Amino acid sequence: MAQHNPWPDEGNTGHIWDEDLRELDNPPPLWWMLSFYAGFIMIVFYSLYYPTIPLTDGTGEFTKGMAEWTQVEEYHDDYAVLKDWRKAKFADKEEKLAALSVDEIIKDDDLRSYAVATSKVLFGDYCAACHGAGGQGNPNFPVLADDDWLWGGKPAQIEASLVNGRIGNMPAKGMMGNLNEQEISDVADYVIALSEGKGDDAAYAAGKAVYTKGMCMACHGPAGKPLAPAGAANLTDQVWRFSSDRAEVINVITNGVNVKKDGQYIAGTKQAVMPSFKERLPNADVNIKRLTVYVHALGGGQ
Amino acid sequence: MSEDNKSGHQDHSQPASVLDEMDTSNKNLQNIGVELLPVHTGGTVHAKRIPGMFRKFKWWIASFWIILFIGPYLRWDGHQAILFDLPNRQFHIFGLTILPQDIWILAMILLFFALLLAASTAIAGRLWCGYFCFHTVWTDVFTWIEEKFEGQPNKRIKLEQAPMSLEKLKVKVPKHLIWLLIGFATSFSFVAYFVDAFDLWSRLFAFEWGATETTTVLILGIATYFFAGILREQVCIGFCPYARIQGAMYDTETVVPTYDKERGEPRGRMKRTKPGEEAPELGDCIDCNLCVAVCPTGVDIRYGQQFGCITCGLCIDACDSVMEKIKKPKGLIRYASLAEFGGKQLPAIWKRPRVVVYSSIMLFSAAMIVWGLMTMSPMDVKALHERAPLFVQMSDGNIQNKWTMKVVNKGNMPMAAEITVKGPESLAYNVDKVIDIQPGNVGSTTLFVRMPRKQLEDVNTPIVITVTDLNNPAIVEEYEATFIGPRPR
Repeated sequence: MAQHNPWPDEGNTGHIWDEDLRELDNPPPLWWMLSFYAGFIMIVFYSLYYPTIPLTDGTGEFTKGMAEWTQVEEYHDDYAVLKDWRKAKFADKEEKLAALSVDEIIKDDDLRSYAVATSKVLFGDYCAACHGAGGQGNPNFPVLADDDWLWGGKPAQIEASLVNGRIGNMPAKGMMGNLNEQEISDVADYVIALSEGKGDDAAYAAGKAVYTKGMCMACHGPAGKPLAPAGAANLTDQVWRFSSDRAEVINVITNGVNVKKDGQYIAGTKQAVMPSFKERLPNADVNIKRLTVYVHALGGGQ
Repeated sequence: MSEDNKSGHQDHSQPASVLDEMDTSNKNLQNIGVELLPVHTGGTVHAKRIPGMFRKFKWWIASFWIILFIGPYLRWDGHQAILFDLPNRQFHIFGLTILPQDIWILAMILLFFALLLAASTAIAGRLWCGYFCFHTVWTDVFTWIEEKFEGQPNKRIKLEQAPMSLEKLKVKVPKHLIWLLIGFATSFSFVAYFVDAFDLWSRLFAFEWGATETTTVLILGIATYFFAGILREQVCIGFCPYARIQGAMYDTETVVPTYDKERGEPRGRMKRTKPGEEAPELGDCIDCNLCVAVCPTGVDIRYGQQFGCITCGLCIDACDSVMEKIKKPKGLIRYASLAEFGGKQLPAIWKRPRVVVYSSIMLFSAAMIVWGLMTMSPMDVKALHERAPLFVQMSDGNIQNKWTMKVVNKGNMPMAAEITVKGPESLAYNVDKVIDIQPGNVGSTTLFVRMPRKQLEDVNTPIVITVTDLNNPAIVEEYEATFIGPRPR
């Protein structure tokens, strides 16, 4: 920095570098200063008008502000506008959903697409916890995306499941509760062979005899296939209600499904209860139909 | 350094700096070796208009911009021929509809024009600035109108300095009104490329314009008036980035309007010599300053190429007209390159590496544009594989995969999209429905594909999903997808 100042009269600050590079002390332009001051005045009004000053009472609240504006209120207002818009835009479709039966909705391409598209959130909220986000099922909870239905895969049957809920019911150790361990082991082998299509092999004759004697056939059908869907699993197909693991099969035969003693579930029994959604769903009249269409379209509807 | 400069600082007590020895006020910066080009600082540049070849050329090129005003009213198949429909996210250009999916073509178009700018600038200087740029053209038209109202430059300067009076207002007000009118015609035409032009007119008279239209037209209109009418050359000198970028694209082989110093200097007016006095050796430049007077950015081309020069060629017209009068050969100022003045032969255009590189990129982008437009299918297919579950075990031993098919109709006719699947022989599929899709819309449906678990050799099996428009079977799109199954046992 030079020690002397060759430009004493130009109003520089005396800071000079590289012999001629110097710092001047010019005021900012008038318009700039005016907007600067206007900014200060604006801050005063702003802090009066909007919530601005944090309160020290530990609540994390702010002064209310004269406008009594809050962000969440603005969000609610905006959301209400969106909701009204949606309501108006899809009013005719919603009306149709309410008026038509599930079968009629499925026949109408447009309406079916609409029902499926508007079901995703509902399914996520009410169904996915047990049945998985895409109906892929969870351990002990049935897959909805396949074509194997315990209670029937026709729209009306799915709707009935939603309205009334479902409770599985399989007695422990056969209908009489009288199978011994050897018999249980034989019948387990037979059941596994059934799903592999080898049920008629001589090797499984013992199991087959137990199957008939133990009255498994009363629900699962004479050939391992239920005569009508009433909660009993089809034993001849490739889909397992619980697991294809032999130990698990034996466990299910031994302890049954939803078997209670003195009002308490017995140890090892499978708990398989689907609640009724008639009361649980908001706007259940329409939403049950909507979800029925959705589940029907997941991959295996009949 | 002159004597009086020195004497001005003689009594400095501490002569430590070289600056002490000279007057450092800005005017004398030349004294310490800084060359200052005289930049026009005296308010608005009032350039003289004289006829000539380049003047004519400028008008011809400028007339291209008439298209801007006519464009919105052209019709094609019952809709506006060129319509950038932002709310519906589609661009209509005559028979062509461009959707956001095709936006890469826009990137190619931008690349093409960027390189066109680079190549043309490398060859012949700021052709864009001098002849084509809308700012140059609009300013040219605005000053032409000004001359019609206010007369030649000297009269305009006088009027500017005159005190406000009724006479002055009588001239000024209509001029500004016409300028504003052109400004609004410009902004209106611009907006009319984004909404239907006739609709825009009818809603203007019904006072039904929306906020976006109103503000866009107002801001653009006033900006046009302000930039072309008031700021003029200041935009080129102070605002425009392209002016500086193009300056950096010159090389010694670029031809630009250049003053032939060899021939022109020493400049001066021919004086009558008294008997016995020797006439001074003078160059061809008679220092008439006409080249400066006609320059729309107020530069003096005789200092050489400089950032203010938009290479519009008007100084060439001016100088040639003078050379004609004094019976000297034309071309004292002419389009020439530095290499030429250095006595070098200009290489052929296709032998200059920069031009070759620029043009090959241009060719590439042009080819991409043509290819893109030729192969642009009116149908766009997206197949979204269901993720939860990736596959489902069916009761009969099949494995099932699910896709959500989304088909975009980019054409102008309704589509009936039929979906078929090709893959291993054992593959079976069923589709929810044939999708009917209106132009510009998306239709979706569900596709289920099944294969016996025993036949799956791998986790992944490639399949091909084909979508055919039943209304026009020539429109076919194929989508390569992967069928996913469990690990083979």
